[in-house]
Amino acid sequence: MTELYRDFDESLPPSQEYLRIQFSPSSVPIKQQWRNNGLSANFMADFLLTFFPSKSGAINTEEQKIEVQGVICYVANELLENAMKFTDENAQEPISLTLYLLNESPEERLRQRLVFLSTNSTSIQSKEKLQQFIQRLTRSNLNQLYAEQLEKSALDKSNSSAGLGILTMMNDYLAKVGWKLEEIQDQPEIISVMTMVQLAI
Amino acid sequence: MEIKAEDYCIQYDVHGSTVDFHGSLLLNGAEEYAPIVQLLNNAIEQQTAFVTLNIQKLRMLNSSGFQMLSKFVMKVRQQGDIKLIIKGNQKNFLANQILTKSTAFNANT
Repeated sequence: MTELYRDFDESLPPSQEYLRIQFSPSSVPIKQQWRNNGLSANFMADFLLTFFPSKSGAINTEEQKIEVQGVICYVANELLENAMKFTDENAQEPISLTLYLLNESPEERLRQRLVFLSTNSTSIQSKEKLQQFIQRLTRSNLNQLYAEQLEKSALDKSNSSAGLGILTMMNDYLAKVGWKLEEIQDQPEIISVMTMVQLAI
Repeated sequence: MEIKAEDYCIQYDVHGSTVDFHGSLLLNGAEEYAPIVQLLNNAIEQQTAFVTLNIQKLRMLNSSGFQMLSKFVMKVRQQGDIKLIIKGNQKNFLANQILTKSTAFNANT
């Protein structure tokens, strides 16, 4: 069964141009590869920035460049961190992050869309937690939800920052976020989670 | 006092009441941030009128790091007797983010 939530665009324009980083289960468990997240995010941001000066008139000052680099780095790192945190290591499925830079319609040649797509497997328990988070996201005001998450974590020392990264992307960077959940194995149930983050540049 | 790792370094200068952050802080959750929280708490436990957090050389911070620093800002605000100075620069938009988050928190509590 496939479930779609929020802004998950299933019909991205066909593009041969993308950058994908993939971690496969190997002798080093995926969760121990944490340090690679920052390195990968940095690499993706640096790599993508080289495309901006020629294609877009929107980013022309050094400050704008640094800001866009910071945003790409933040989003890529958070998606990789989430994928690693919630991956089901028993499933032996790889984790990946793909970055697309898409041009919008010919009339809007200067507008570009950055699409991040992360994939990981997860357990039924993590899937249910994600669904609860998505429900809260749909019901609440973003700012209020962010404050609630912080308040919760301030009172509970063991609480991790679950969802905080996603909320920051939506609130501060006006990102559109969506999820696609698919069952890839029955008994024990293993689910593939695809998280899509879209930014207008 | 200093916490140093491959990707980051945090130095606390007691005399200047300043905590300097360098590098990328991308640790895995609250548990890994605990030593840094301890260093920050130590800084406000001294008999001092102000503490400066210098994040001009902090290149990256993940959401767990935002959470840790925001919580610290809230704690200092609630305590009320120490002035907190956050030093960023125009090319570093982390300072504003941290302050905005902790303000949002206060407004809702």
